[in-house]
Amino acid sequence: MEQVAVRQARAEREAGGRPVADKRMTAQAATALIRDGDHVAIGGTLYSRTPMALVFALLRQRRRHLTVSRTLACYEIELLLATGALDRIVTSWVGIGLPWGLPPIFRHYTESGQVRYDEWSHLAMGLRYKAGAMGVPFLPSLTMLGSDLARTLDLQTVTCPYTGEQLAAVPALNPDVALIHAHRADMFGNVQVDGYRHMDTDMAKAARTVIVSAEEIVSPEAIAARPDQTMLPHFAVDAVVAAPHGAYPHECYGRYGPDLEHFDAYASSVRADGPAAGLRYVEQNVDAHADFAAFLAAAGSARLAACEAEARELTPR
Amino acid sequence: MAITASRLLADHKVVFAGVGMPLLASAVARHIHAPHLTIVLEGGIIGTSLRPGQLPISTNEMRAAYGAQMLTDITDIFLYAQRGYFDYGFLGAAQVDMYGNINTSVIGSLEHPRVRLPGSGGANDIISLCNEVLIVTAHEPRRFVERVDYITSPGYLSGGDSRARAGLVAGRLGAVVTDLALLDFEPDSKRMRLRALQAGVTVAQVRAQTGFDLLVGEEVGDLRPPSAQELAIYRELRDGPPAGAAEESGATLAEPAAGARSGPLAEPAVGAATAAAEPVAAGPA
Repeated sequence: MEQVAVRQARAEREAGGRPVADKRMTAQAATALIRDGDHVAIGGTLYSRTPMALVFALLRQRRRHLTVSRTLACYEIELLLATGALDRIVTSWVGIGLPWGLPPIFRHYTESGQVRYDEWSHLAMGLRYKAGAMGVPFLPSLTMLGSDLARTLDLQTVTCPYTGEQLAAVPALNPDVALIHAHRADMFGNVQVDGYRHMDTDMAKAARTVIVSAEEIVSPEAIAARPDQTMLPHFAVDAVVAAPHGAYPHECYGRYGPDLEHFDAYASSVRADGPAAGLRYVEQNVDAHADFAAFLAAAGSARLAACEAEARELTPR
Repeated sequence: MAITASRLLADHKVVFAGVGMPLLASAVARHIHAPHLTIVLEGGIIGTSLRPGQLPISTNEMRAAYGAQMLTDITDIFLYAQRGYFDYGFLGAAQVDMYGNINTSVIGSLEHPRVRLPGSGGANDIISLCNEVLIVTAHEPRRFVERVDYITSPGYLSGGDSRARAGLVAGRLGAVVTDLALLDFEPDSKRMRLRALQAGVTVAQVRAQTGFDLLVGEEVGDLRPPSAQELAIYRELRDGPPAGAAEESGATLAEPAAGARSGPLAEPAVGAATAAAEPVAAGPA
C-alpha cells in the first residue's frame, strides 16, 4: 500500500511556508507542480465539480506513472489512461453512469493488468482522506469488514482498547497533489464552495500540494462577507487558477448542469474505438487548443448557456 | 417490482437509496403511503424531493439535490449511516448469492477478470452500516448465484453468525424484491428464502430463475398487484407528466406536503387507468 507516511506529511506542513501572497497562476503553471510518479487526487465526484480545466492542463503535460484517486471516477480517468499517464487508480467506482454503459478504456487497461485498480468502498475513500487531513495514520470504522475488498487490499483491523470490538483500520491517504474546483477564491487562496462539498475539504487538507481553480477570483472582502461559505483557508492552498466554467462539461452546483450530449458523443466514440478514441478526444479537445478557454469557445456559448439554464431551474435562487 | 419494493418503506423513516430503481421506489413510497419518508443520497443530500421525469443518474448531481433540506459532504452521509440514523439501505445488485452477498466488482477472477465492473461505490458501506438493507433486482439465474465471484458488499457472508463474527455488528438484510417474488433470509442459516410471489408467478418459476437451492417459506403469500394509482405515480416519476395532460392541472404528483394525510395525494392522471393492465415487470422497472 503506497502512501506518504502521515508523519512525513505533517513534517512538510510544519516546515512549509504560509505566505499570505498572491498565489494566482495559469493552469499550465499550476499543474507543472505535478511530477511523474505523483499521486494526484481529483476533487468533486463523478461528473460534479470536477476540476476539468486543471485535468485538461495535466493531460496536456503527458505526465507518466501517476496514481490518481477520486471518490467516484468519471471519464477523466479514461483520458488519463488513454494518454498513458496512469499506473494506478484508487477509487470506489469508475464510469459515467448507467445510461452510458461500462467504461471501455477503463476495462481495457484494468482487465489486461496494465493499470492497477485499488477498489475501496466509498466511505473508506472518505476516511482515508479524512485520516490524512486529521494527521492520524488510520481511522477505525465498521465498514468494509468481511468483504473481498478488504481481503484484496489487505485492510487491517484493530481491536478497540475499551470494548474489545474489532474495527477496520482505514489507512490515511496523503496525496502528493490535490486538484479542486471551487465557486470562488481570492488571490491568497481562501476558497468558497456552494452546494455539496463531496470530499474536497479533507482531500485538500490531506494533500501535500493543493491547486484550486475557481469560477471567479473575488476580493478578500467578498470572502469575508460570507465567511461561513469558506471551505479552505489560504494557508491550506498553494495555487489559485481562474477558471470560469472550469468544471465543464461536468456540472458546477448552482452555476451550470452537465453537458449530457458531450458525454453521449464521448461514450459512443470510445465504445467504437476504445483507447484510440480516448487519445483522439485529448488531441481534439485538449492539445488542439491553446488553453481551456479556447476549448470552451469551441464548445460554444449556446451549449454553456443551456447548461446554465438547467442549474437555474434546479437550485434555490 | 419497484412498487412491491416501495410498499416495504414505512412512513417517518429514513432511506439511504441508490440511484435507479431504489430511488424510484423510494419516491413512489413518498407519494403513496409514506409522505414523511426522508430520502438520503450518497452525494451528501438529505431530504431530496425529485422532479418527475428528471430523476438523477448520479447521486451527486443537482437533479439529486432538487428541493433538498440539507447538503453536506459524502463522508458525513456515510457516518450518519454508521451512527444508526438510516432505517433502510436500498440497493440494486449485478450479482447476489444465497446469503445476500453482492458483487459489483468483477465477473471471473480479480487476477484474470472477464469483465472488470465499476466497483462498490457506496454499496459496501450501505450494506454494512444501514439498519435494514433492501435489495431490488431482476430475477435471473445469472444474477442469483450460489456464490458470487467476489464479495464487494457483504450480506450474511457464509451464513449463520459469520457476518457478526467478521465485525459487522450493524445492520441486517431485510428483503430481496424481484420481478417474480419477495424473499427474505431464514433467521438461523441466513439463507435466502421465498416469502411471496408476484401475481401469476409460481414457486417452480422462481426456482427455475434462481441459480441455487432456494428455501421456501412455510406459507408463500401472493403480492398484491400494483394499483392504478401506484402505476400512474410510478410512471409519472419515471417519465414525467403523461402526454396530453392539461398543462395547469395534469400532473399526478404534487410534492407530498408534510402533514397532509387525508385523501389521495392527487387525482390520477388522464390515461392512467389503461396503464394498470400492463405487467409491473415491463420495462426497466
